[in-house]
Order: sequence, then structure tokens, then C-alpha cells
Amino acid sequence: MVIAGTESTRDTLWQRFTIAIPYIWLLVFFLAPFAIILKISTADPIIGLPPFTSMFDDDGSFVATVDSFKFLLTDKLYGITYLRSVLMAASATVLCLLLGFPMAYGIARSSPATRSILLLLIILPFWISFLLRVYAWMGLLNNYGVINNFLMWLGVIDEPFRIMYTDLAIYIGLVYSYLPFMILPLYATLERMDLDLVDAALDLGARPSQAFRDITWPLARPGVIAGCLLVFIPAMGEYVIPYLLGGPESLLIGRVLFDEFFVNRDWPLASSVAIVLLMLLVVPIVFLQRSQAKDAEGGA
Amino acid sequence: MNRGRSRFLLSVLAFGYAFLYIPLISVMVYSFNDSRLATVWGGFSTRWYGELLRNEQVLDAALLSLRIAVLAATLATVFGTMAGLALSRFGRFRGRTLFSGMITSPLVMPEVITGLSLLLLFVSLQQLIGWPGQRGFMTITIAHTTFAMAYVTVIIQSRLSGMDQSLEEAAMDLGGKPFRVVFDITLPLIAPAMIAGWLLAFTLSLDDLVIASFVSGPGGSTLPMVIFSKVKLGVTPDINALATLIMVFVSTGVIIAWYAARRVQRQTEKNMQAAAKQ
Repeated sequence: MVIAGTESTRDTLWQRFTIAIPYIWLLVFFLAPFAIILKISTADPIIGLPPFTSMFDDDGSFVATVDSFKFLLTDKLYGITYLRSVLMAASATVLCLLLGFPMAYGIARSSPATRSILLLLIILPFWISFLLRVYAWMGLLNNYGVINNFLMWLGVIDEPFRIMYTDLAIYIGLVYSYLPFMILPLYATLERMDLDLVDAALDLGARPSQAFRDITWPLARPGVIAGCLLVFIPAMGEYVIPYLLGGPESLLIGRVLFDEFFVNRDWPLASSVAIVLLMLLVVPIVFLQRSQAKDAEGGA
Repeated sequence: MNRGRSRFLLSVLAFGYAFLYIPLISVMVYSFNDSRLATVWGGFSTRWYGELLRNEQVLDAALLSLRIAVLAATLATVFGTMAGLALSRFGRFRGRTLFSGMITSPLVMPEVITGLSLLLLFVSLQQLIGWPGQRGFMTITIAHTTFAMAYVTVIIQSRLSGMDQSLEEAAMDLGGKPFRVVFDITLPLIAPAMIAGWLLAFTLSLDDLVIASFVSGPGGSTLPMVIFSKVKLGVTPDINALATLIMVFVSTGVIIAWYAARRVQRQTEKNMQAAAKQ
């Protein structure tokens, strides 16, 4: 390490300061909020400001209830919504992988000059507002939107084909929005891969499917895992896409949380919904951090 | 390479890029549509751009968003650079695991959870110490700084870990104080990463809808919040115009940055080759 042993007191002080500022910021604005969510999830909702009961009784004794969690577990609606969210996020992840893998492979295999332009075109939408990109699909998918008008003009269909406000629209929105998150880590691993290995296998008589299964796929696995998690995790809590493209009956947990908080004003319940969502995501999040830490060490 | 396979790859690439860009292009085309009905072509017109520029609600929101984004990106770059330095140059220190965990978690935290937890923090603080009295500019800036600094840290960290430490070590061997070495050598070397981090933080802040909706109060509507409240009701031509302006502006910026970065990279490679020859 660069800094060891010889530094003067002023320099250690300065280092402590450099660590302390972001550290304290994160403790206050990142860690503390979670403690508060936990606290409020164990309160009772009341009508008032703020709309929940205090953690301590008037005599100072500690009170906590698990009513909100009980309600979550017993009410069928929430179970179904969580399940639907997991399924939709997982299916969108698979769809992103199916489209993203060959794209990343194609980019990694193109000439260096083309490659940097292709990559730029993948990154560019990421810089353009997420909301506006989802909005762009509203104009395409409407009953009298661009796609339906085009299909009717072609004579393929006689009357509008309903896509907007269906699950199909949500899938399109999810795949569209999160595709770059799949392609970039995949590209990073595929680009490092030695293509000669595949060629050697093919020369030695392996079928392309065999070469893919035994060489490309195992070597690309770190990228596949990172890409899948980067799509799955945010897709689970997605709010904008189901709101704008999905129908009112298409319940996803991010939207339920939002409505529970803003429409029903049941803060304890919204906090419990958030905690259960977080518990569902802890495993993939830890997994992702591990794989990225490993990647950072390997890359350094 | 097998010809059938490359044809397959080409068609997937073509489909993929069409999928990514057709919606954006369609919005741009329809922003010049004269008809109020977003789905019927009524001839070419730029009237929606004019209406947009006269819409005070949109202009006010855009101004608020820009002010928040500039401040949040600057704070995030300062804190993120400090955190990046701490994580990749200071070795082990107490609480490092918690620190790096807190740095990377906001990257993957669903926005609804970040937004809800921060709002609850602000509400609790207000009860306890009476601050923040009003939610809006300040609270959104704090929220954006918190999640954007995670991105900046990652960028700075990866730049530092990929960087040759010999310059810093040489300066140190020649008796440079660590403090001066960081300011005179490390920071200038990571300046491009800091700029990239600032730009990313700026964009993330301008883009954010969900977190801002949670932590904002009455009167504090950012541009995405105004856009969202309009598009909830369906496609509107003035939002098409706004989207087009944003897309053209952002794309131009990104392409210029990309081109500049490529030139710098080529120059460095040339210099390195020249140096190697000597």
C-alpha cells in the first residue's frame, strides 16, 4: 500500500477526514433510513400526522406490533402480487438474456472500430431519460398507435390489436429499459474471452452447439450472472413501467408499495411491503456484490 | 467464422438496435406532427415546440431539476471521490466492510425502497429536530447525492485500481507528503473519471422520478414529476417535443464526450508507443 507507517499526524488526520465525510453521510442518509423503515413497519396506522403510532408508550415502555406483517402474510392479494413480481422480473430477465447474449457476442466479435460505435449505441439510451424511453412506447403500442396503424395499413389485421395496458406491454417495457444492463456486463466478459478456443474446438470437430455449451457459456458465466442480477433486481421494484404501460389490474409490488403509501396512506403497511421486498432481494443483492468484488479483484 | 452463425448474429444485432431506437425515432417524428391527436399525422409543424417554451410549469420544473442536478452531482463527485480514494488507496481501516457495503447497495436498491426510506427519515427528523422544515429542493438534493455518489465511487475506484501506482510511489519516495501527493498527482490523474462521474450523477439526478416523488413536498415538482403527471393521461404532443429536445441534447453531449475520450485514448497509446521505442 502507498500509505504506510511514515505519515505525519496531519496526514492521518486528513485521511480520517476523507473517510469520515462520506461515511457519516451514508450512515445518516442510507443506513439510518432503513432502521426507520423497520421501526415504522412495527407501528399501527392512525389518522394523523405522522400517520402511525409512536414506538414508545406514554409511560416509556417499548411497543411494537407485527400486525402489518401478519396482514401481508394472510391477505392473498399481497402473496399473489409478490409472486407475480418475481415471475415477471424473472421472465423479463430471461428475455433480456436471450436477446442480449447474441447481441453482446456480435458486438464483441466485430472489428474494433465498429465495436466502439455499437457500444456507444448501447450506452446512449442509458443516458436518455428512463421515463421518456418508457413514454416512447406509449405512442407505439396504443390502439391507434404506430404499430397498430402500420399493421392495419399492411392489411395484416383489420382492427387494432390490444397491446397497451396488457402484460405484454409491461414485458416490452422491461426488456427495452433493462437490455443495456444485460448487454454491458456480458460484453465485458465475452470481449476478454479467447476466441481461438472456440475455433480450436470447431476445428477439432465439435458441433457449434457443443462448443457453445462447453466453452462459450462457461467462460461467459460471470457476465451472465451479473447481467441477470442487474436486470432482475430493479425490475422487481419497478414502478413507472407497470404504471404507464400496464393496466390497472396488473399489480406489481413496486406499484402496490407506492399506492399503499400515497393513496391509502398506510405507512406501516408500506414499510412492511418494502421490508419483505428487501428480504426477497437480499440474496440476489449479496450475490451480485460478491460477484462484482471477485471481478474487481480479478481485473486489477 | 461460420457464415450461418455470422448471419444469425447480424440479424439479431439489427433487430436489437431497431428495438432500441425505433421508439425514440418515432417520438422525434411525431413531435413535428401538427395534429393534437398524437396518433394521426396532420402535417409538419413546429408549433408544439413553441407551446413548450411558453409552458411556465414545464420551464419552472426544468429549472428546479437543473439546480438540483448541478448541486447533487457536485456533492456526489466530492463525496464519491473521497470514498473511492478511501477504498482503493488507504488500505484497511475500521468499518471498511460496512463502508463498501453502504457504497454499493444504493446501486442495486429498488428506487421505491430508497425513496420511501429517505422520506421516512426526513419526516422523523422533522419531528425530532424540526429540520427539514419543508420538503423540496433540499431533500431531493440530499436523496440524489446519496444514490449518485455510489456511481461516482465505483467509477473512481475502477479508475484507481486500473491505474499504475508508480507515479504516486515515486513522489512518496521523493519525500512528498501523502496529502500533497493526492492533490498534485492522484487527483489530476483521475480528473477524467471525476468528470465522467459528475456527468453520470447529473444525468441520474435529472432522470429520477420515483425517489424525487417520495422525498418532495408540495410545490417541489421536478421535470420528471411534471412529465409523469402529464403522460399518465396518455401521449401528448408537447411532451413529444420536450422528449425530442432532451434526446437531441443528451445524444450530442454523449457523442462529443465519446469522441473526445477516444481521441485522448489514441493519443495516450501513441505516446506510450513512442516512449516504449526510446
